[in-house]
This record gives sequence, structure tokens and C-alpha cells, in this order.
Amino acid sequence: MIDFLYQWVLAPFVEFAFMRRALVACLALALGSAPVGLFLVMRRMSLVGDAMSHAVLPGAAVGFLIAGLSLPAMSLGGFVAGVLVAGFAGLATRFTEIKEDASFAAFYLLSLAIGVLLVSGSGSNVDLMHLLFGSVLAVDDAALLLVASVASVTLLTLAVIYRPLLLESLDPVFLRAVGGHGSVWHLLFLLLVVLNLVSGFQALGTLMSVGLMMLPAICSRLWAATVGGMMLAAFLIAALAGMGGLLLSYHVELPSGPCIILLAGLFYIVSLFVAPQGGVLPRLLRQRHLES
Amino acid sequence: MIRLENLTVSYRRHPAVHHVSGSFADGQATAIFGPNGAGKSTLLKTIMGALKPDSGRVEMRGVARRDLAYLPQQSEIDRSLPVSVIDLVSSGHWQRSGLFGKVGRNDDDASWNALVTVGLEDFATRPISALSSGQFQRVLFARILVQDAPLILLDEPFNAVDAATTADLLRLVERWKTEGRTVIAVLHDEQQVREHFPQTLLMAREVIAWGDTAEVLTADKLRRASDTAAHWSANAPVCRVDGVTP
Repeated sequence: MIDFLYQWVLAPFVEFAFMRRALVACLALALGSAPVGLFLVMRRMSLVGDAMSHAVLPGAAVGFLIAGLSLPAMSLGGFVAGVLVAGFAGLATRFTEIKEDASFAAFYLLSLAIGVLLVSGSGSNVDLMHLLFGSVLAVDDAALLLVASVASVTLLTLAVIYRPLLLESLDPVFLRAVGGHGSVWHLLFLLLVVLNLVSGFQALGTLMSVGLMMLPAICSRLWAATVGGMMLAAFLIAALAGMGGLLLSYHVELPSGPCIILLAGLFYIVSLFVAPQGGVLPRLLRQRHLES
Repeated sequence: MIRLENLTVSYRRHPAVHHVSGSFADGQATAIFGPNGAGKSTLLKTIMGALKPDSGRVEMRGVARRDLAYLPQQSEIDRSLPVSVIDLVSSGHWQRSGLFGKVGRNDDDASWNALVTVGLEDFATRPISALSSGQFQRVLFARILVQDAPLILLDEPFNAVDAATTADLLRLVERWKTEGRTVIAVLHDEQQVREHFPQTLLMAREVIAWGDTAEVLTADKLRRASDTAAHWSANAPVCRVDGVTP
């Protein structure tokens, strides 16, 4: 039994350095992305993560066109594009009557179109596939450093802005009334979203990194009843999906990014049925009601 | 403490508050009364700083904007979030605690006492999603108690609230009056205004009357208010009250 477990779960990481790097990258990504995703869900911005993942594409493409397959160039480009889209969408929401989700939809589509034009103009389809889906098994030192730094910055920033950010998600009118500068926290938070998407795209690609951000976060609501508990649950789910996805991809020889997200998605579907906080099965068990 | 100076606030050029001037009596309870669409909520939002006036200004002396407690008509609180009743009440400490400040034992006691005052101490650890709308209104009043603000703005605080809860919450308003706080409330119940609010601003976009409640809420002034509010035109000419020519 132990031998079997070793063979399937530990051996790939013990024997191969590239698997160890991939695992560390996934754990660091989970650490940063999960709480960010949770705040997106709580602020009813679940689809904004998706929009932002598309928005970073043209920046990454510009980086690619200038410097080739260079991580710093593509990351910086992606970050700039993401910040621009978040900034324009934020300004449009603030100064017109357009709602935030609509603003994001408008600007990310614009950005995506530019990105596709740039990529199709001078790159081959292989490059586009790489941008979209990444390759976690080819994570190098630079990428590992980036992922780890972003996770650290994310956790530290969230620790600092936790109180106002949560209050702004809960009751924006109150925070504004007491002079709490709601939009500052909102913008800082959007920066974190962009940072985490960019840090994920070497490993998972622009499309898949949003999966590791959102699926565990959405799932966590079904397992925990407090914000702290949800953060912990989201991280654990993301970490498990990362490790499991890597093993699956190693043993069955499938692309690792989709495997990771697929596992997270499967976990979500199972949670829908069995999870304690509002899952279907606990509800069917019909515990008798209390006296008061 | 609060003086309105020729205040106009409009939505897409149509004024909701039109050339309003006057002052709210310090340390007293003033009701803002008038028909639907009279600009009452707009006026409150302008005082608390959420809306910018087209012209004129709100002058606040001796009280900073951040020292006011504001209860919106429809709270935008997302009640699906996993937050407990006591945590929501404790957010009233923000003005003193801010970003990092500690919420100490005294503050916890204040939150707890506020919950006891509104009769919801048994609900302290329940999630806010489990409350009825009347109970939730009590929680929001508890937070105002915690805020301990010298100026309290209430926008239709007794909407969708039953008689017993309304009576309990009105007792809090009475307490604030004796504590010398300035309370400004948008209300729709004439009886409530007469019994609990010594001052009234009767408005229909403009001031119809402002002063002692008994002198303001007379039959002819109330009729004038509803007549004025009913008058609305899609292609009204540019207002020239301030002597500006278009």
C-alpha cells in the first residue's frame, strides 16, 4: 500500500526536479490566488477575473513580439495591459452611469481584440497556444521567483487592507460615509488580481490561471461559514488541485494546466453535493429543527 | 451646525433639490417631510457627501463629515456575506479604529451593549443572512449606537418595520435627543413627526416651510407641498433664479 502510494504520489516529485519546481509554483500560486479569488466572489466580481485574464493578453503579446519568449517582458506587458484595462474600466464606472461589470466587459473585449491581432500578425499558432495555456512543467528559476514574490506581496497587502476591503465589500455606503476611501482599496485589490493572473500565466497560461483563482474560491463557500475559514478552504482546495493535477498530467501524459483546473472543477461539482454549508446531500438529510 | 446655502442638486439637469437655504437646529431632532419625489433622500445624500451639489453648498461647522452616522433608505449591505451580527455592529468602530487600530475590550463591550439595547443579544453570533428585515434594522441602529456620532442622518428608517420595532427604535431617537445629538430623519408618517420631532423641514424640491413642527404641518402647507411636487415638466426651461442668463 505504502509502496503504491509512494509510486503514484511521491516518486514523481522525488525523482524529477521539474516536477518539484512545478509543485512549488502551484503551491505559491494557490497561496496568492485563492484569497484574491475569494474577495472577487464576495464582491460579486467572479467574472471580472475572467475578463482580466483576457485583458492581459495583448500586453503579453507585445512583450513576446519585442523580446521573444521572455518571461520578464511578457509579464511586464501583461501587467501593464491588465492595469490599463482595470484603470479605464474603473474610470468609466466612476464618471458615467455604466455599471462596473459592463465597463470591464467593454474594455477587456477591446484589449482581447488587440491581443489576437498582434499574435496573429506575427506569431505562429504554437506561440498563441503557449500564451493561452502555459507550461507548468517548464517553470524556470525566474518564473518561480516571480510566482513566489507575487504570493508574498499579495498576502502582505491583503493583511494590510483586509479590514477596509472586507467592509467595502460588505457595506460600501457605510465606508464612504465614514470617510474610508473605498475606491483606494478597490484599486489596490484590482492590482492584486492583475498581479496574480500575470504570475500564473507562465505556469498555467492566461486562461487557466483564472481557474485556480476562481474555482477554489467559489468552492470554499460550500465548506466554511466564516471569511477566515473560506480563505483556508480555498487555499487547501487550490493546493490539492495543483498537486493532483500535476500527478495526473505526469501519469497520463496530459497537459498539466487543464488537468489542474479540471481537478478543481471536479472538486467543485462533488462539493455541490456533499459539502456541509449548503450542499445538496446535507440538505436532503433533513435534520429536525430546533426549538427556537 | 449644518447650514444649507442656496443648495441645488439635480439629476440630468432636472433639480431634485432646488435653491434650498436654511439651517438645521443644533442638538435637536428635525424631520424632513414631503411627498414622493420631493428630494428628501437627495438632500440627505448631499449632506453626507455622496452627491455633489450643482450650486450652493452645505456648510458644516463643529462637525466633520466623518463624524456623522448615516442610515440609507435601502442598505446596500450584501447580506449573503459570511459576517456575524456582532461583527457588523463592530464595524461602527471604524471612525476610531481605522485601518489598523485595535478594537479593544471597551469597544467590544460597546458593541455588546448596543446589541442588548436593541434586544438582539441572542443573535450576536448568527450570520446576518439569518435576520428578518426588522431585526436587521435593529442591528443597523445598534451600529449607529456604536458610532456614537454627534450627527445622525436617517433615511426612512421605519420602512418595512413593524409597530413594535418602530416603537423600540423611536425610543432610541428619544434617547439621542436627550443626549443632545442632532438627528435628521426622512419620514413618511405624520403622526411620528408630530410626536417625536420638534422641528420639521417640509419640502417639495424647494422649501415649503421649515421650523417648529406644529407650525409647519398645517393643512394648507401640506397641500402646497403636494401641488408643487406634482408639477414636473420634461422640457422645462433653464432656471434663472440665480440671475444667470442661458
